[in-house]
Amino acid sequence: MQIEKQIEAMRKEKKILLMTHQIIGYPDFAANEKVIECFYNNGVDLIELQIPFSDPIADGPVFTKSNQAVLEKGIKVSNCLKFIERMASKYPIPFLVMTYYNILYQYGVEAFIDRCKEIGVQGTIVPDAPLDEARAYYDYSRQQGLAAVSIATPYSDPKRLQEIADIGSGFIYYVPRKGVTGSKTTFDSEILDGIQKAKKETGKTIAVGFGIQGPEDVARLIGTADIAIIGSKIQQVLETEGLSGLDQFLGDMARVNKEE
Amino acid sequence: MKNEMVNYLGENGYFGAYGGRFVPEILIPAVDELSLAFQEILRDEDFYKQYYNLLMDFSGRPTPLTYAEGLSAYFGKAKIFIKREDLNHSGAHKINNVLGQGLLMKKLGKTRVIAETGAGQHGVATAIMAAKMGFQATIYMGAEDAERQYANVFWMKQLGAEVIPVTTGTATLKDAINEALRDWAGNFDNTHYALGTACGPRPFPEMVTFFQSVISKEMKKQINDICGKNPDRIYACLGGGSNAMGAFVEFLQEPGVELVAVEAGGKGEASGKHASRIAYAKAKTGVSQGYKTLFLQDDDGQMLDTWSISAGLDYVGVSPILAHLAETKRVRVLAATDAEVIEAFKLIISKEGLIPALESTHAFAGLFREIADTKPEDVIVVNMSGRGDKDIFNIGEALQDQGWKTFVTERGKAYAD
Repeated sequence: MQIEKQIEAMRKEKKILLMTHQIIGYPDFAANEKVIECFYNNGVDLIELQIPFSDPIADGPVFTKSNQAVLEKGIKVSNCLKFIERMASKYPIPFLVMTYYNILYQYGVEAFIDRCKEIGVQGTIVPDAPLDEARAYYDYSRQQGLAAVSIATPYSDPKRLQEIADIGSGFIYYVPRKGVTGSKTTFDSEILDGIQKAKKETGKTIAVGFGIQGPEDVARLIGTADIAIIGSKIQQVLETEGLSGLDQFLGDMARVNKEE
Repeated sequence: MKNEMVNYLGENGYFGAYGGRFVPEILIPAVDELSLAFQEILRDEDFYKQYYNLLMDFSGRPTPLTYAEGLSAYFGKAKIFIKREDLNHSGAHKINNVLGQGLLMKKLGKTRVIAETGAGQHGVATAIMAAKMGFQATIYMGAEDAERQYANVFWMKQLGAEVIPVTTGTATLKDAINEALRDWAGNFDNTHYALGTACGPRPFPEMVTFFQSVISKEMKKQINDICGKNPDRIYACLGGGSNAMGAFVEFLQEPGVELVAVEAGGKGEASGKHASRIAYAKAKTGVSQGYKTLFLQDDDGQMLDTWSISAGLDYVGVSPILAHLAETKRVRVLAATDAEVIEAFKLIISKEGLIPALESTHAFAGLFREIADTKPEDVIVVNMSGRGDKDIFNIGEALQDQGWKTFVTERGKAYAD
């Protein structure tokens, strides 16, 4: 799988990789494009692009409202896929698509995976596709060489953790706490132990998302997680400090890898 | 009342193609814990006895089966009986489910309950259960519904519940469900999500049906005592599906009993402003809110806006069990428009002295449309899922009642001064 090789290569260069997030169409495509350029210029390693859904149950209030705002403008899945295609051809960096299962289901799960592959996407993240319900999605993705990222939590018992590791591909998205996106996570020793355990038991690349607020959180994750995922905080920085604020924010993040 | 092993249980939470548990991974332990507890109580006669005793002592069960003499005489066709879920404490069938889930919460050691509510009946029932059992309650309600049904918001607050108006999405029931799922994802250690209808991830559709099955258990005995036979037809309104499942489940294995569910036809099929998933054949199979069923959605899979005069039927999905029963033709599904519902309401109130909820009036409207095809020896039961006091604002407006308008205006002025 291409993304696994890329991650392996990138990991040799950096202590921790950064994956950043954008909701496609929010506030508009032009703004998304500038933000993605900013991601690239600041050495972000992977980019997660979210196709909006009307009922995003894993998202907190910030992302829920943004999803809705995009849909109210009449933006369709096809517009989002075209945008992703353009970004993926412009920037030599792995892009992943995050969305909810119904978007794939209505498109046709296999057709959606085929299309993602065709437009240069490296993987998909679908938070409401647990392994017991969406086996076909995980299997077909693997067969097509596209990562179907599976999700683990501190509440995944050892048997389920192994199943999550076996069914998914690319890396494991580790949600370190209860709840939805947006609120802060305290990366205490209990959480770090959980991440370490998940890494040790599965032997897989572990990406940690949910609640990362700044460089100090990313620094805390060095040595346990392979990838830090920053989502809601980026939207918050953009809304309060604009693009230059984001540039500064990402610059601070990137320095984490250079510090001794 | 005996707890008999029920015949609607799905295969791993699936009913044909519908059901499942499409929840974020963080919620898997919570739905696992609940599924396990539900499997235990299904086999536990003592739990069921405790549950039914609570319904008798606290809620007023068994509810009567009233012969609708006036309506039957008016049409001169089938004999019409009405199952009086309106006579439950809190005025609707919702309390049956909530008291069951409250006992289950105690078993699980949870101290906080969250719920979503459309018309407010489930919210009020949950707030009552929490007050009685000593739980903390948080109720999510679409901001639009909270406005339409403020009387119920008032009662929930008086009962000590926190009511959170949901402004995301379409600000109706589906969005309240989303918010409740998000809350549950953050607090499942001490919190139980008392879902109000036979929808959502496994085990909710079966569990809610199980607790609502008291309706048809009683109905079956009552109608056989009165008429010496099963009903020929049962009508129930269909939003999420809890009262319909409750009224139907004991008759699923009785092929002679025709089961008819009536959805919210709103402003009619052509208007696009309705909540009919099945009757208008506008819904497609999809995955949302933690389960797979028929949803009103666009080509991309985005959920559509729905409309009904009745907040309790204004829901974008439908119980996976009913989706399956409709597909296999065991349940026939109609849709009644707002206009038909108002006409039916006028007839019921004048002929029977009953004030049905607008939700329940859909079931009557379905029956009235078809009653010409029945014979005098036929026996029909309508499940009157709730009483209509809560709908006074909507009904007053729909009837364009001048006295009511004057009253509301004067009251409003008095508060504004």
